[in-house]
Amino acid sequence: MGIKPLVFILLFTAYSGYSIFTYTFGTKAPSHAPHADALATKGKLLFQQKNCIACHQIYGLGGYLGPDLTYEMSQPTKGRTYAIAILTAGLNKMPNYHLKQDETDALIAYLTYIDNTARFFNNN
Amino acid sequence: MKSYLSATRLMIIAGLLFLLFGLLCGVLGGLQYITTDFLSGSLPFYKLRPLHVFSVTAFIILSATGSVYYYLNDLHSLSSSVSKKAVLQSYIFTATSLIIIALFIAGVFGGREYLEYPPQLALPIILFWVLFGWNYLKIVKPINFSKAPVYYWMWGTGILFFFITYLESYLWLFPFFRDNIVRDVTVQWKSLGSMVGAWNMLIYGSAFYLMEKISGNKETARKPLTFFFYFLGFTNLMFNWGHHTYIVPSSPWIRITAYAISMTELLIVGNIILGWRKTVTEVQKNFHNISCKLLTAADLWIFLNLLLAIIISVPAINQYTHGTHITVAHAMGTTIGINTTILLASLYFIATQKDNNLYAENKKMIDAGYWLTNISLFIFWISLITAGYIKGKETIAFSNENFRDIMEHIRPILEAFSISGIGVAIGIFLMAYPLLKSFITSPKAA
Repeated sequence: MGIKPLVFILLFTAYSGYSIFTYTFGTKAPSHAPHADALATKGKLLFQQKNCIACHQIYGLGGYLGPDLTYEMSQPTKGRTYAIAILTAGLNKMPNYHLKQDETDALIAYLTYIDNTARFFNNN
Repeated sequence: MKSYLSATRLMIIAGLLFLLFGLLCGVLGGLQYITTDFLSGSLPFYKLRPLHVFSVTAFIILSATGSVYYYLNDLHSLSSSVSKKAVLQSYIFTATSLIIIALFIAGVFGGREYLEYPPQLALPIILFWVLFGWNYLKIVKPINFSKAPVYYWMWGTGILFFFITYLESYLWLFPFFRDNIVRDVTVQWKSLGSMVGAWNMLIYGSAFYLMEKISGNKETARKPLTFFFYFLGFTNLMFNWGHHTYIVPSSPWIRITAYAISMTELLIVGNIILGWRKTVTEVQKNFHNISCKLLTAADLWIFLNLLLAIIISVPAINQYTHGTHITVAHAMGTTIGINTTILLASLYFIATQKDNNLYAENKKMIDAGYWLTNISLFIFWISLITAGYIKGKETIAFSNENFRDIMEHIRPILEAFSISGIGVAIGIFLMAYPLLKSFITSPKAA
């Protein structure tokens, strides 16, 4: 075997090992970290179905037309009441999705989970 | 007059049409930044953004794949079974893309950034890559890879890793990944970061082949420095995703290493293109003028994006720039200034094999498009950097300031961004239209 295929195989092996590490220990949450309950999981899927990421960011990743939502729920001037108002009625470029009560609750649970998770990891 | 491989022709025509549609969506999306109600009812931003991103990505994948098939046919005279599978690939991707576009317009999403279509539609796209891989293995079977030029390595790596990372990007369907937000975000950006590296491999591979054909210099694609660059690029493909997750909790050394590797890759590509240009004679330059011009422009954008990458990789600066329009400037500078420019160079090279006069007959239009694109892209790029700088500064300095107030402060800059975006779109249209016309009127493959 030539040197080039050997280098390729070595790099590919390193990549495979590194991927497994990333999927497991590299992203393992401590047992006392916040966990998503069923409502937050439903909110997450709803967040995807409404394509909120086109305009908003989570952990700084996403679109730029709207604000980053990572810490939205713990903002002193915003928080739960503000988020419910925006989700229910829309604002400026934020459409009114005519969400049902359970959908609003699920999105609020998801955003609260994101906020708690982000603050937990940044404080630890 | 040479005829094209049917698959190449189909992929390039479909790719160019998706590019034009993507440009239109980009312009409309840009206008929504500076208007209050423009198309907000029928085509709101949450529909326009995925339409724009998906369409231009479809252009990149189809034209890169079409180019690779053209060059492989040039090297190996593809068999009819390979050609049939390639044609099937073009139908699968085009049909799937049209369904995805229709779903986006109807407001049906899967919602993962950049892969916003429902996950079921990933299946035909996976089939596209399986067929591509199958064909590639069949074509390169007799080749001794230890002695093969670098473009064979790059094409093979691009196909293999697009397939792997595309599968990886759907790991979120499993609760093990979905239920841990840090794991979910990390794996998402690990896969997407590497996926971009995979299509860069396909594009740079074609750029190397193009350089060889234009200059007649067979050394560049075989010399050790080029292979050093390839393996560095390969390492970059596998580990560069760290810079996408700068504020997601993960080991800092991964991100620092990723930036160093990524920047070195761009520098080496720039040096290789510069070195290549010196070897091209004036006659050859004039004959393939537009491809040369486009590769020269790509060269400039490589260096500009390298400069930006160096600046935003400094952690103290990244704290201000992350989550601002500066990240968009880097993404747009790379996809338009480097990827699209190299692909247009490749398509013009392929088109002029059939029609030597394509450039001469459309010189005024193509040159106008070339200059309009590059000047507008520069204004567009600077506007995004300035908007990002102000947004980052105000977000840090006045953390409680209303998002709307910050956006109001950067409004004049966003106006410059939107208007220059129109310039970029018109410029690319002026370059793409003669190509589209040429490929549509060309004869089918024998």
